[in-house]
Amino acid sequence: MNNRLKTLAKGIIDVSPLMIPVLPFGIIYGVIGMDLGIGPYMTLGLSIIIFGGASQIVLLQLFSGGASSLVILSSVGAVNARHVLYGAVLSEHLSGLKLSWKIILSYVMTDQAFAVSNDYFKKNDKDKNQHYHLLGSGFTCWTIWQISTILGIVLGSVVPEELGLSFTISLTFLALLISDFRKFKNIIVMLVSGLVATIGFNIIPFKAYIIVAALTALIVAVLLTLTDVEKK
Amino acid sequence: MIFLLKKDILSDKEKKILSFVPAAIFPAIIFPPIFLDDAGSIDIENNPKILAAIFAIIVGYFSKNIIATIFAGLISYWFLIFVYYQ
Repeated sequence: MNNRLKTLAKGIIDVSPLMIPVLPFGIIYGVIGMDLGIGPYMTLGLSIIIFGGASQIVLLQLFSGGASSLVILSSVGAVNARHVLYGAVLSEHLSGLKLSWKIILSYVMTDQAFAVSNDYFKKNDKDKNQHYHLLGSGFTCWTIWQISTILGIVLGSVVPEELGLSFTISLTFLALLISDFRKFKNIIVMLVSGLVATIGFNIIPFKAYIIVAALTALIVAVLLTLTDVEKK
Repeated sequence: MIFLLKKDILSDKEKKILSFVPAAIFPAIIFPPIFLDDAGSIDIENNPKILAAIFAIIVGYFSKNIIATIFAGLISYWFLIFVYYQ
């Protein structure tokens, strides 16, 4: 029991420094939710149900633009596709857990929790209670995300519309790509995606421009990866 | 060996392609609100969002800091719409 609590606490402590950028991001999300007129309950509800910052902002944008549910669902799924990769990596350590544990841990899994807990798992592979580390780190992310969403909702209801805060949607996603700015191939993929979406915005039906642009750019990414392998 | 087998749920090539997912999706969300006006036609001249986004990219490139990038873009956007274009 004591060991479990210790591992849980270690997860909380390890992930805490990574929570510093999450707080303003959650506030921005809450403000955007109010700015787009979705209301406080739905803004907070999305944070609880989806619990995935970037995908929640996509949902807000598409929903307020009148996209169909199928397009919204697939776009949200696409933004969260990286979790498939996380799940595959974590299965090395967690495949022996009960289904209920797996469901709880999948729900609280975030980029930050994955980063610190995967590191812990690698170093403490024989620890039977290692999953408590992910519970601690994930639940910390969850708590901070809900608090910052509420702060954003409160702020969003007093911030004037003239500030054009919906521009922060573009800025937030742009900021999430900064680590890709130095990679030439990633820049090509980004330009393909952006151009297809901008040109296709009015042409592609059902507001499916995000999915169409993303798939086109992914095909380009596959081609770039394959040509890279052939060189070797 | 078991360790290796489990690790191979996704091949290296698949992992590499998955790593392109953010670069493939996010620009589709970023570009249209910047380059299109409210009527949905392409607006490049005197567009403060383009300039602010370029400034944010420069800050992001050098600082590698997510929050600094967002605020650099937002503050330069406010400067452009409230001071420069007034």
